[in-house]
Amino acid sequence: MTKVAKQNLKDKLAYDETFSCVQCGYCLPACPTYQTMGKESHSPRGRINLVKLAAEGKIPLSRLEEPIDLCLGCRACEPACPTNVQYGKILESAKVVLFEEKKEERKGVSARAEDFLFNHIFPYPSRLNKIGSSMFFYQLTGMKKALHATKLINVLPERLSKFDKITPKPAGPFQRRREHHLLPKNQPVLKVGFFPGCIMDTVFRDINNMSMKLLQAAGCEVEIVDQQTCCGALHSHRGDRQTAKELAKQNIEAFEREDFAYIVNSIGGCGAMLSEYHHLFEDDMEWYERAKAFASKTKDISYVLSQLELPFKKDVQLTVTYQPSCHMTNVQKLTDEPLALLKSIPGITFIPMEKPNKCCGSAGIYNLVHYDESMDILDEKMKDVNQVSVDGIVTTNPGCHLQMKLGVEREGKSDQIKVYHLVELLGEACGL
Amino acid sequence: MIELLNGFLKELSHAIDNRKVLTKEEDRYCYSYDASFGQYLPDVVIQPTETEEVATLVKLANKYGVPIYPRGQGTSLSGGPLPVEGGAVIDCSQWNQKLEIYPEDMIAVVSPGVLTSSIDQKANQYGLMYAPDPSSSNVSTIGGNLAENSGGPRGLKYGVTKDYVIGLEVVTPEGDIIKTGGRTVKNVTGYDLTKLIVGSEGTLGIITEAILRLIPKPQATETLMATFHDIVDSGKAISTILQTGIVPAKMEMMDQASIRAVEDYQPLGLPTDVEAILLIELDGHQVAIKEEIEKVRVTCEEMGAKEVKVAKSKEEALELWKARKLVSPAIVKIKPTKISEDATVPRSQIPAMFERLKEIREKYHLHLVVFGHAGDGNLHPNIIADIRDHEEMERVEQAVEEIFHAAVELGGTLSGEHGIGTMKSPFMEMELGEVGLEMMKRIKESWDPNHIMNPGKIFPSPGQRLVLRND
Ligand SMILES: Cc1cc2nc3c(=O)[nH]c(=O)nc-3n(C[C@H](O)[C@H](O)[C@H](O)COP(=O)(O)OP(=O)(O)OC[C@H]3O[C@@H](n4cnc5c(N)ncnc54)[C@H](O)[C@@H]3O)c2cc1C
Ligand code: SF4
Ligand code: SF4
Repeated sequence: MTKVAKQNLKDKLAYDETFSCVQCGYCLPACPTYQTMGKESHSPRGRINLVKLAAEGKIPLSRLEEPIDLCLGCRACEPACPTNVQYGKILESAKVVLFEEKKEERKGVSARAEDFLFNHIFPYPSRLNKIGSSMFFYQLTGMKKALHATKLINVLPERLSKFDKITPKPAGPFQRRREHHLLPKNQPVLKVGFFPGCIMDTVFRDINNMSMKLLQAAGCEVEIVDQQTCCGALHSHRGDRQTAKELAKQNIEAFEREDFAYIVNSIGGCGAMLSEYHHLFEDDMEWYERAKAFASKTKDISYVLSQLELPFKKDVQLTVTYQPSCHMTNVQKLTDEPLALLKSIPGITFIPMEKPNKCCGSAGIYNLVHYDESMDILDEKMKDVNQVSVDGIVTTNPGCHLQMKLGVEREGKSDQIKVYHLVELLGEACGL
Repeated sequence: MIELLNGFLKELSHAIDNRKVLTKEEDRYCYSYDASFGQYLPDVVIQPTETEEVATLVKLANKYGVPIYPRGQGTSLSGGPLPVEGGAVIDCSQWNQKLEIYPEDMIAVVSPGVLTSSIDQKANQYGLMYAPDPSSSNVSTIGGNLAENSGGPRGLKYGVTKDYVIGLEVVTPEGDIIKTGGRTVKNVTGYDLTKLIVGSEGTLGIITEAILRLIPKPQATETLMATFHDIVDSGKAISTILQTGIVPAKMEMMDQASIRAVEDYQPLGLPTDVEAILLIELDGHQVAIKEEIEKVRVTCEEMGAKEVKVAKSKEEALELWKARKLVSPAIVKIKPTKISEDATVPRSQIPAMFERLKEIREKYHLHLVVFGHAGDGNLHPNIIADIRDHEEMERVEQAVEEIFHAAVELGGTLSGEHGIGTMKSPFMEMELGEVGLEMMKRIKESWDPNHIMNPGKIFPSPGQRLVLRND
């Protein structure tokens, strides 16, 4: 048995949390992977039970690996659960244990390459920026050889070419330059810090820039503080809690230097991570409090804009549907504000789709690592999209954005349906 | 044993698409439980989606003597689908391909894995409804509902699953395909095998298709909430309302313990000093039920209600129902393990049953809350405990036994809707008598001569006791 297994797994895994599960099965219809994979081992109830069994030593950790690996982390099972099971915690604990368990095996070239990406690229926005225009996904292609034997090898060239098609054209050096401090025309109504994120800031820089302009137009003083870094969501989701903690500390410290009313982001996935920073420090009171303060200031841009007045200037004549980000719905629990903002755009016609809260299958880098599984989930989503006649799909998270674009592409509808981030439409309506 | 199993698996692999046969340990563990107690590891899980496949695998099971256990979505509260003797779990939850509505015949034809609520939803599109509404209808399969003869709040007015099934396709325990009943409501040709299969908990065959009766969907609903200082008064209100000829679609009650739990969990402004809350829903023609809800209001007041609220809008109605919806999440905040009983008594005995439950709660020092379908005597005494506390769980087991005794003594039954499964089989003889139970056994023996179809359920093994633990 390895190191982790020898230690008390009941402590390492969220064993106590598993007892809140009464196995009623109410979460099953909400779970996208149960729907597409059709097995309980890929359902919340199944996964929770396996974690419990592993903690009790009744099954080896290796039995947990695939079910946990294939979980989207979309957390649609949480609102569906009548007994409030903390699935997020259970999942995270399993990832941490599996990550540590595998550390031993992570010595080969491939693991080093993956670790390099996670440890030396994501945390440094400036490096990502340099890569910037050559795009994150190309980086993955370049590393393909090195990534041999890891799961990322699943990202075969033909698949990457799919992502290539839908990834926005790289920003030129001119676009990459950006103001770090924006002042509104009049006395600021709010002073906010802006969190651009790392990967998404290279692929979707325009959206971040637009977000900042919108905040400015709505009367905010907006600042990108130095020394902020990657939110750590991807690290945390792969079980690397140690790095996630370090990144969290760095962000907390960076934003503590200024007195911001809010720390704003326009990336549902990062926002979710930031809003749960305190979960990382449950064994450290001082950092717990600091993280909690940070988390409570963390807001999605739609929340902040919905509190303010936007200077709409023109109609946006589009019929759209809305694909909310799971991390915004189930973790940040933000559902009404983005929708209200969307509907407030002059000229917009909004048509809801069936089961909007079902995950699109993007889930961080799930769609890269588990391409086939992700496409099955996406195809389910597209069935609901196809039921509504629209010329746009609105999202609030770059990951979902790319995935929905891929979905539209797969349906051969790229000419009819465009995908937008909410802030793009808001920006257009404000003439920015 | 192992050889027989291997033989079974080998032949199976030639007969059935291997993707439908799960043998990995992590997969098998995920079919080792249901929503009740106990965990039993099956040797294999099979996910058929065609009647022929079922017939084939059942024949093979007979040939090799491998026990098989039909399973829907595993929401049973009595251990029905547990593979207690190992063998093969037949997971029907993925078999949901057919859901056809015939509006002119007012019937639905469905595969066994279709979710109960989707039948109702689809029927609604035609102005029809599928009336049985177990609270689990968003998750449970129609196959499971049929096998357990499930019912829900609407049971009071509309009856339960057995009242809506008119035909079945079943694979018998020996692997033959039979059809029972048909597409007509009236049908007296021979023994009513349909009704025999319904409620048989998967011990007499695997249901592979069902023909269900639909009824017109009522146009409107009215909702009322009444609070009572004395729980006995609420019982009287229930019987008086029913005697006036009004049959509410739903009549649910919450006792003080559940009201307090809800208020602690999510304050809704419910009065915590009352002993009971009644929630009543009428459905039917708008004009008629307006008049009736007024009568119900007056009756509640005459029976000593402290306060009566009639919802003025759909939103207000939802708000009133919210209290009831929150009971489950609220009570598990107290302790994680919920033991959900469904002993049912004749309506007139509801107040007496409440007395008995109160005594039991005090005698065993347990968190016992009562809520549920008061209108049909199907109370849901729920005990909240912690499965890790063995001493407490022993008290729970004793309390549950005593609840069963109380119900039977008051002329009621062990189970109104959750079924017998593994959990309640030790008490069968108490309710049915020796001969009654023996006659049932004879039916089982003649249908399933090789004892392979869901063994270990309904009929107690010698000396079997109630066990509410997982290990
Ligand atoms: C929170 C909660 C609330 C509930 N509320 C209610 C309620 O209000 N009313 C109520 O009646 N029940 C209720 N139940 C109990 C449960 O949901 C029902 O018994 C339901 O019918 C079980 O359906 P299932 O698909 O989960 O079947 P399972 O639990 O998988 O199986 C139940 C039984 O049916 C058999 N079976 C399943 N499919 C077939 C088939 N195709 N052919 C033959 N046999 C089969 C199994 O062998 C087993 O004996 C509740 C359960 C929970 C967890
Ligand atoms: S809904 Fe909650 S309690 Fe029920 S099975 Fe899922 S996680 Fe467990
Ligand atoms: S997080 Fe999403 S994919 Fe994972 S178990 Fe919950 S609902 Fe299923």
